[in-house]
Amino acid sequence: MATVKFDNATRIYPGNDKPSVDKLNIDIQDGEFLVLVGPSGCGKSTSLRMLAGLEEVNGGKIWIGDRDVTDLSPKDRDVAMVFQNYALYPHMSVADNMGFALKIAGTDKGEIRKRVEEAAKILDLTQYLDRKPKALSGGQRQRVAMGRAIVRSPQVFLMDEPLSNLDAKLRVQTRTQIASLQRRLGVTTVYVTHDQVEAMTMGDRIALLKDGLLQQCATPREMYDRPANLFVAGFIGSPAMNLVSVPVTEGGVKFGNHTLQVARGDVAGAGSEVIVGVRPEDVEVTTNPDGLELVIDVVEELGADAYIYGTPTDSKIAIEGSGDDALAKPFIARVDGRRVPTKGDKVYVYPKAEHLHVFNKSTGERLS
Amino acid sequence: MALEITSSRADPALLDLPWRTPLEEWPEDILAALPRGISRHVVRFVRLDDKIVAVKEIKADIAAREYAMLRNLRRLEMPSVEPYAVVAGREAADGTPLDACLITRHLQFSLPYRALYSQNLRKGTAVRLIDALAVLLVRLHLAGFWWGDVSLSNTLFRRDAGAFAAYLVDAETGELRERLSDGQREHDLDIARVNIAGELMDLEAGGLLQEDRDPIVVSERIVERYRDLWDALTGSESINAGERWRVDERIRALNKLGFDVDELAMTTDIGGTTITIQPKVVDSGHHSRRLLRLTGIDVRENQARRLLNDLLAYTAAHDRQADDEEIVAHDWVDQVYLPFVRAIPADLRAKLEPAEVFHEVLEHRWYMAERAQHDFSITDALADYLASVLPTKPDERSVVGVDTVEMPVVAD
Ligand SMILES: Nc1ncnc2c1ncn2[C@@H]1O[C@H](COP(=O)(O)OP(=O)(O)OP(=O)(O)O)[C@@H](O)[C@H]1O
Ligand SMILES: Nc1ncnc2c1ncn2[C@@H]1O[C@H](COP(=O)(O)OP(=O)(O)OP(=O)(O)O)[C@@H](O)[C@H]1O
Ligand SMILES: [Mg+2]
Ligand SMILES: [Mg+2]
Repeated sequence: MATVKFDNATRIYPGNDKPSVDKLNIDIQDGEFLVLVGPSGCGKSTSLRMLAGLEEVNGGKIWIGDRDVTDLSPKDRDVAMVFQNYALYPHMSVADNMGFALKIAGTDKGEIRKRVEEAAKILDLTQYLDRKPKALSGGQRQRVAMGRAIVRSPQVFLMDEPLSNLDAKLRVQTRTQIASLQRRLGVTTVYVTHDQVEAMTMGDRIALLKDGLLQQCATPREMYDRPANLFVAGFIGSPAMNLVSVPVTEGGVKFGNHTLQVARGDVAGAGSEVIVGVRPEDVEVTTNPDGLELVIDVVEELGADAYIYGTPTDSKIAIEGSGDDALAKPFIARVDGRRVPTKGDKVYVYPKAEHLHVFNKSTGERLS
Repeated sequence: MALEITSSRADPALLDLPWRTPLEEWPEDILAALPRGISRHVVRFVRLDDKIVAVKEIKADIAAREYAMLRNLRRLEMPSVEPYAVVAGREAADGTPLDACLITRHLQFSLPYRALYSQNLRKGTAVRLIDALAVLLVRLHLAGFWWGDVSLSNTLFRRDAGAFAAYLVDAETGELRERLSDGQREHDLDIARVNIAGELMDLEAGGLLQEDRDPIVVSERIVERYRDLWDALTGSESINAGERWRVDERIRALNKLGFDVDELAMTTDIGGTTITIQPKVVDSGHHSRRLLRLTGIDVRENQARRLLNDLLAYTAAHDRQADDEEIVAHDWVDQVYLPFVRAIPADLRAKLEPAEVFHEVLEHRWYMAERAQHDFSITDALADYLASVLPTKPDERSVVGVDTVEMPVVAD
């Protein structure tokens, strides 16, 4: 087991003028499950591959435990890439399917059997060890493949979108399995996905990248409650956080005709407008003329709750997309399922004071 | 939803296939029962007009990616299967969406390794397959292709004058780069070794490994062969300024390995006493290109070597060393090669390709001569071979009927 450290790690691909991963700094704890997440092209895979030894590091260093592995070949790093299209061999028993790679490495028979049995116990495959893979269900086969990586007992597991070619049902099932398995094994794991839901449900911590730059590295809770900038605010959470540009006034900021208290120091120097963020579940919805006036376009019933999607009646006010997607979006609020307004209604909305996020309009940085 | 067909040529016959049916349930009468390697996806061979295609059911984005990758590999002249089409937007009769299909042309006369092992093999086949795979891997790496899933199952083999030539069949995990880092090459090699050992252990467990060979030892050979070839093709060497002939020697050594040197870097040290040479661009197919240029015959590397040797013998026997090479080659084609090919009866042509028959007949002639202690003409050797050897061979144009396996990973 080991810690992992990205220490100003930088990768510039030949022919590119700008780094694909730029001075990445992450300290991963021993036994931690770290998820690298971000939109396509943000540098997740490149970061993982630098750690695996598959991509040259052009600047900075990479550490596993107290070893500088920056220039080591993949084999010498003691990391395992999990699920790279593991084949199952039809004539071999489940035990041999899990253990054969150790045989190649010269591990002795007794030790192989021991490790295979341990892995089988964790994977709930003990009773199938002597069967052939044909006799297993799809999910069990998937676990045998995991077993192949586990028996190697590497210092770090690396996974790059391991679920991408599974169907939706097996994906959710396997996601849970991987997360709980990782916790039982306690092996440091770095996992790449573009799916923020996957990241939020699996990671101890999440590192969110954009254009090769680390935006924030924190627990899912922290990312959700205190996004460091507009990009993080827009990326994490589904439905996404509402982001609205509002004027700064005496004693706070003005959200429609509702004044939100914001400490003067927080918005000092941020200009005359800031971006206020509020998650759909933190919106106060009222019929009193207090807040931002919306016309409801769509109502989505979910049983206990409902989501309303509205457009500000003041056409000068636009709901901002996250950094990537600047198209105007509807304002989304979650409401009690027993008191749902109807399509076409006018309502007023404003953020609950304790769940307010304020961002600098020009830099995107969090202010509150 | 409408079917979306991506294909470089519009082939209306594609529309007649039962796209609303899951591939696993396609009717027997349109399928061709050819052997396959181990795979996680459902793969079937289908007759389409006069050709056979392989159909693989796979997620639409992965199908599109693999199709594009195979096209890139063909453009780079890498030996791989030929992509034919992607069919997406499939729907069952009841409206449930079905995965897309990637369609590739069945590689004629190709043999999956499992089929090779189920035949009665000459000794040393395992080793020859590994050697062919090593050449393929070096070529792919030189072209900047990182495979990610090197295995015997993902490779097809064609006979090549007693040896084998390897073709890539599964490009799903591959990536094309400007050039590969050492780490990427090492990773591919490591994957190759583990997969090959696993595949051979599987044959052993199934009682199909006819040779008494240790799978681990055989799997280590890929690493050795790869390294030797890589070093020979890319290594730099220092020579004394007075030994320029060694530059020629290096080039000739590479030709012997079947590679042409298109670009060679030469640097001298400050005093000019030593020269460092390093091949920069090498291109495989030295002999097959030469034969193609001289005769228009397009065959694999070792077959070409064999035919070129015969051409050389013909030139000597007719005392024509002084004549223009291309004119002699033309006469050799007219007087030796074409009559030879025409003499193979039509009903035996699906057994082996003509160039492979040529190689076998030359071998056969040697055995005949050894036994009789005198020479035979190629015409006599061919007659004997056609009467006694070729009819006993299985058809290899599209090999039929060996065990194949799928291990689908799906929810249940
Ligand atoms: N071999 C390469 N040569 C040049 N540029 C590359 C190469 N590989 C990746 N890039 C570029 O580096 C950036 C980061 O790519 P990377 O694959 O790490 O992103 P990613 O976050 O994993 O994206 P995805 O989710 O699409 O896989 C992208 O802009 C990409 O175009
Ligand atoms: N064009 C072709 N010509 C001949 N054989 C083919 C062709 N395409 C596929 N095959 C056979 O089908 C088998 C499976 O194909 P392929 O490897 O593409 O499937 P896969 O499910 O992606 O495999 P994997 O499990 O390695 O990802 C191959 O091993 C090969 O024997
Ligand atoms: Mg395959
Ligand atoms: Mg594949």
